[in-house]
Amino acid sequence: MRLLIIEDDRDAADYLVKAFREVGHVADLAVDGEEGLAHAVDGQYDVLIVDRMLPKLDGLAVIGTLRSKGIETPALILSALGQVDDRVKGLRAGGDDYLPKPYSFSELLARTEALARRRGSREETVYRVGDLELDRLSHQVTRAGDEIVLQPREFRLLEYLMKHAGQVVTRTMLLENVWDYHFDPQTNVIDVHISRLRSKIDKGFAQPLLHTVRGAGYMIRDSK
Amino acid sequence: MTALGKLLRTTAFKLTLVYLTVFALFAAFLLAYFAWNTRRLITEQITQTVDAEITGLAEQYRQGGIRRLVFVVDARSRRPGSSLYLVTTRAGEGLAGNVGSLATGILETSGWTETAYRRLDDPDGAEHHALVRVFQLPAGFRLLVGRDLEERERLHDIVLAAGRWSLAIVIVLGVAGGFFVTRRVLKRVDAMTETTRKIMDGDLAGRLPIAGTGDELDRLASNLNAMLERIEALMRGLKEVSDNIAHDLKTPLTRLRNRCEEALRVAEDESQYRAALESTIEESEALIRTFNALLMIARAESGQARDGMAEIDAAEIARGVGELYEPLADDKGIHLKVEAPTAAPLHGNRELISQALANLVDNAIKYGGINGADAEIIVTARGEGDRILLAVADSGSGIPAADRGRVVERFVRLEQSRSQPGSGLGLSLASAVARLHGGELKLEDNYPGLKTVISLPRAGSVPRPPEALG
Repeated sequence: MRLLIIEDDRDAADYLVKAFREVGHVADLAVDGEEGLAHAVDGQYDVLIVDRMLPKLDGLAVIGTLRSKGIETPALILSALGQVDDRVKGLRAGGDDYLPKPYSFSELLARTEALARRRGSREETVYRVGDLELDRLSHQVTRAGDEIVLQPREFRLLEYLMKHAGQVVTRTMLLENVWDYHFDPQTNVIDVHISRLRSKIDKGFAQPLLHTVRGAGYMIRDSK
Repeated sequence: MTALGKLLRTTAFKLTLVYLTVFALFAAFLLAYFAWNTRRLITEQITQTVDAEITGLAEQYRQGGIRRLVFVVDARSRRPGSSLYLVTTRAGEGLAGNVGSLATGILETSGWTETAYRRLDDPDGAEHHALVRVFQLPAGFRLLVGRDLEERERLHDIVLAAGRWSLAIVIVLGVAGGFFVTRRVLKRVDAMTETTRKIMDGDLAGRLPIAGTGDELDRLASNLNAMLERIEALMRGLKEVSDNIAHDLKTPLTRLRNRCEEALRVAEDESQYRAALESTIEESEALIRTFNALLMIARAESGQARDGMAEIDAAEIARGVGELYEPLADDKGIHLKVEAPTAAPLHGNRELISQALANLVDNAIKYGGINGADAEIIVTARGEGDRILLAVADSGSGIPAADRGRVVERFVRLEQSRSQPGSGLGLSLASAVARLHGGELKLEDNYPGLKTVISLPRAGSVPRPPEALG
């Protein structure tokens, strides 16, 4: 994955570049809005990580300019303004995801990978992970041919996990994408939903598909 | 600026001047109109009298010739207050009458003329003005009849004097009145200015004086006072927040630091360092949460979050939050039930109201399930009159009536809850969100247990039909 990080705080930027390289991605750095825009226009990037407040050209303006030029590289906005309406503003300006500071690297990584993947994948009607199948049209879920009955929300939870099969999905990503809530529910309610889902799809099978990734979130994958 | 200068520059005084000018002009116009009309009337009367006399005298002449005319004119001339008469020969030689001297050339004219003259009985007196008419008699005699214009001139003088006096009075009264009104207004405005200066100097408790007359200045003052009230409340809130931050964020920060120092001092191998680092991250995450909650409360309280408001359905919110927390409650052996059968429309921010309700449900699960086996939490959303009520009722140990007001404050945690994780901000946030939407958070007894109610104003007056809702 090729990333462009547009961030004016040198420490934060260096940390991000290093961290992304450690997990095997290519990360370039731009330290102000104008430089970032020039890089983003020239280079072939999979995802842009854009700080909202930048010298010379504001982060939202960078994304707005790119979109007006027809460049649709997915952009993730980093911002110290974490409130709901700021987030809405960011997404309206053409951002694809919004992460308030301070963030954990595992959260940023998971979201960046989800954005990069989203760009590549086309929407399939049937998701398959191992012997687990989810039909998005008939809303049917089967494992090894046997039907599993899910509540509507459980279905959407599984659908999101399977769409990002092989990728780490964080709790906040689930809360945002499955429940459409952007607040912190204090207690980890998501864990309970996951364990319910797990008991429905993994119970009685030797090979678990739904995994907990410590310190990050969850991942559905065929471990064979 | 001197006091007088200040007075003269006020709007009230300038207005007074404008009005004064307008009134003076109006009075002058009125007086002039009156004077002109009266003058016209007097002139008309004179001409009629003179015409009548000439007709009479001409008749006398026709009947008795010049002798009779001279006789009659002589007799009439002697009467007190008489008109002016002069009968002359063709050469201009006076035969009878009471006119001593005339401006030259008058006798040559015919018709009406205004002229200066002296009476015969008062040849050295002042010249008078008269309106005269010369009439040609047959055989070359001329007859002049006229009336003194003194009356008209006196009237003119009276009107002029009246005009002058009334103008003077209008100006004096106007200026004095202007000064008086302006001074009164200025005094009140000065009092307000004084108070605002005090407020600007930091005394936020100051309020503008209200005279109690209910006039525009009073209305302005009471509006400004309401604004000051709000500012003071916000400032108090801000101070409270900073005090809270100082106290409740410094404590975990100290803990964090201690843990790091301890790790540096004591840890011997990598696993111990790792454990210390992990707990540091955990602690910092809790700090971030507290920080976010505080910011959110501050934003809600300052009314900044009004942007994202839309028509939403409280029943949908109740179902959504209930569905999110149901498995968690179930895990703890609590039965969570949502009762929201009909749409409960309101104007608000879905995220914030969801979060407020989530906090209440979270609390109910944490503290309301203590009473054992058949614990139950009921989340309801319903309309009641023009209010929408979102309520969470548990069957736990409740909160003593005396503490209910206190727990809504930031960071307040009752003794029995300290063992549970939490920031002590949940109810504060719910309360701030309720107030942002023009509502309130109420804590009630559920016999047994606690019932927390977010009461919000219903949207509009016409509720949306239930089938329109997802």
